[in-house]
Amino acid sequence: MKKKDFETFSKQVGGVSRRDFLKYCSIMAVGMGLPMSVGAKIAEAVTNVAKRPPVIWLSAQECTGCTESLLRSTHPTLDHLILDLISLDYHETLSTPSGHLAEEARAQSIKENKGKFVLVVDGSIPVKDGGVYCMIGGKPVVEILKDTAKDAAAIIAIGSCASWGGIPSASPNPTGATPVHEIIKDKPVVNIPGCPPSPYNFLSTVLYFVTFNKLPELDNLGRPKFAYGRLIHENCERRPHFDAGRFAIEFGDDNHRKGYCLYKLGCKGPETFNNCPSILYGDTGSGSWPVGTGHPCFGCSEKGIGFNKPIFSLASLHMVTPPDTYPHVTEQRGTGATIAAVAVVAGAAGAAIAAGAKTYKKLDEEEKKEGPGKKG
Amino acid sequence: MEIKRRDFLKVSAAGGLMLAANADPALAAREPKQRLPEALGILYDATVCIGCKVCVSACKQHNDMPPDFSSTDRTWDDPLDLSSRTLNIIKLYKNGTGEVKDRETDGYSYIKRHCMHCVDPSCISACPVSALTKNPENGVVRYNKNACIGCRYCQIACPFNIPKFQWDKAFPQIKKCQLCDHRYATGGYSACCEFCPTGASIFGRVDDLIKEAKRRLSLTPGEWAHYPIGRVDSKHTSYRQVTPYINHVYGEKEGGGTQFLMLSNVPFEKLGLPPLTDKPDAAVSEGIQHTIYKGMIAPIVFLGGMIYAVYQNTKNECE
Repeated sequence: MKKKDFETFSKQVGGVSRRDFLKYCSIMAVGMGLPMSVGAKIAEAVTNVAKRPPVIWLSAQECTGCTESLLRSTHPTLDHLILDLISLDYHETLSTPSGHLAEEARAQSIKENKGKFVLVVDGSIPVKDGGVYCMIGGKPVVEILKDTAKDAAAIIAIGSCASWGGIPSASPNPTGATPVHEIIKDKPVVNIPGCPPSPYNFLSTVLYFVTFNKLPELDNLGRPKFAYGRLIHENCERRPHFDAGRFAIEFGDDNHRKGYCLYKLGCKGPETFNNCPSILYGDTGSGSWPVGTGHPCFGCSEKGIGFNKPIFSLASLHMVTPPDTYPHVTEQRGTGATIAAVAVVAGAAGAAIAAGAKTYKKLDEEEKKEGPGKKG
Repeated sequence: MEIKRRDFLKVSAAGGLMLAANADPALAAREPKQRLPEALGILYDATVCIGCKVCVSACKQHNDMPPDFSSTDRTWDDPLDLSSRTLNIIKLYKNGTGEVKDRETDGYSYIKRHCMHCVDPSCISACPVSALTKNPENGVVRYNKNACIGCRYCQIACPFNIPKFQWDKAFPQIKKCQLCDHRYATGGYSACCEFCPTGASIFGRVDDLIKEAKRRLSLTPGEWAHYPIGRVDSKHTSYRQVTPYINHVYGEKEGGGTQFLMLSNVPFEKLGLPPLTDKPDAAVSEGIQHTIYKGMIAPIVFLGGMIYAVYQNTKNECE
């Protein structure tokens, strides 16, 4: 990106220097597992105002956690994101207008950017009873979603609710909460699960789409592979403790204080695909993710784990690996009887025989006393 | 029917004599088979092994083997020995305080165990249906599940206790290392060697491996030397300080020679390897067998004797 190009753009960026901006773009590229040089390409894509992607953000049955998580991202900051990088045309929490004005903005954006905008959905969609459990502007959200999705260039389901159903779909699922990909079937839906997901998994996906005009590589559950390709267990900082069999058995015990593995406290790392141990969470430095704080991973981003499996139940292992102990050259299976053990058993048996003999003798004597005739 | 004690003893003695005449191993043993010129194998150097067990993991992965549990909570793939689910294993020798690596007393050593791919394998000799065969070029001992009748003679015959039987399957097979020969076509080789980070297991022609082993034995402990990583002819080496060795290449001659060779500084019998003579068991047993049955003369004579004895003893009843 040339300096001249940046100058035309710098007014929009505000206080950000060209250097910082390019650095940020490179970080995003590396985060997605792309070469550094792609950073320049990303910079070009997002500074091109004509190409700045319009984003419509729909919220269904959600807690705003996904938005909150996004609000706390620092590279870029949210203002930088929504003012400079994307054109956030509709977002129920962040929009300045409200009520009918907001709805109008959405309608207008859809009309203007037909087939070009990115649709982001957070929260699960209630479908029971005609979808009356979540209404916006008098319309069930399921209808709004279907209407909007028709004209979207890409659909991103952010958060576990939009991806798998999340908390609202937990048994007995009173509202018929449904994930987005089960409603929109004619278009690919990118799932960014997590409760809330790391904002960078979302931002990287959006920027990848803006830069290359296609979606990043997805796994069979629609998750971007760059973020959800590995089990948490694989990159966990406590993994050596797992391999060595050093486990915290209960909260606050000696082993827990020593930072041992949390598997036996119900850590779902071995069955949850996410990049938490690699990129951490919340930009507050090392150890800033659930396992880092001493709490077992809860599997928030994994279908059928978070909100389904009890928090402290044992995870099932996806890949079983050797421990860092070794079998001995000749493994002893049982040591045979020691002399002491034999003596004890023999003693007990001897006593039993003696007692039996004595009883028998007694009975015999009694029988003789009573005589054969009286035998009952 | 009444067999006269005298007659019975007579016949028994005749049979026994006949067997004894042929059964002298020294006379009966056939010529041991020779190492194939293009034989492939593995050299395992216990002094270079760091016990990381990537060979165990890589073997499982590239042979599609399921995990094997020895603990009740099934947390790790932690077999105690080779099994129908585990084709190779790293074991630990530990003595006393176990302070120093590769030392017999108060030290420890790793040892890798899997099929030795013998030059003259007992399992092939014992197999009645040729389910086990030796590749005529690279000498890999292969198993054919379609020929196997499940007699498990190979298990009893193997002096290294290698072939394992799937006791838990309805249609069981024998499982053992086949030197990853399914990977050669695509340029791969034994996964345990390909993924070994230190060069403790290296793959190559057995002749080259023996040369490499001899080279290592000729080095002076304390000097620095290159140890190839992956394959014996690899340019990729680790440069390390030489540690002492016992001056012996296990498998060069043991049991007629094997294609899996080992170096160590702890005596091999301490590492669970049987002390074998240079003569392969297969040559001895086959020698006895083939001499007894040569031209079917001895069996026919023996059968004739038996028939005669029976005839003598039942003559009266028949009449």
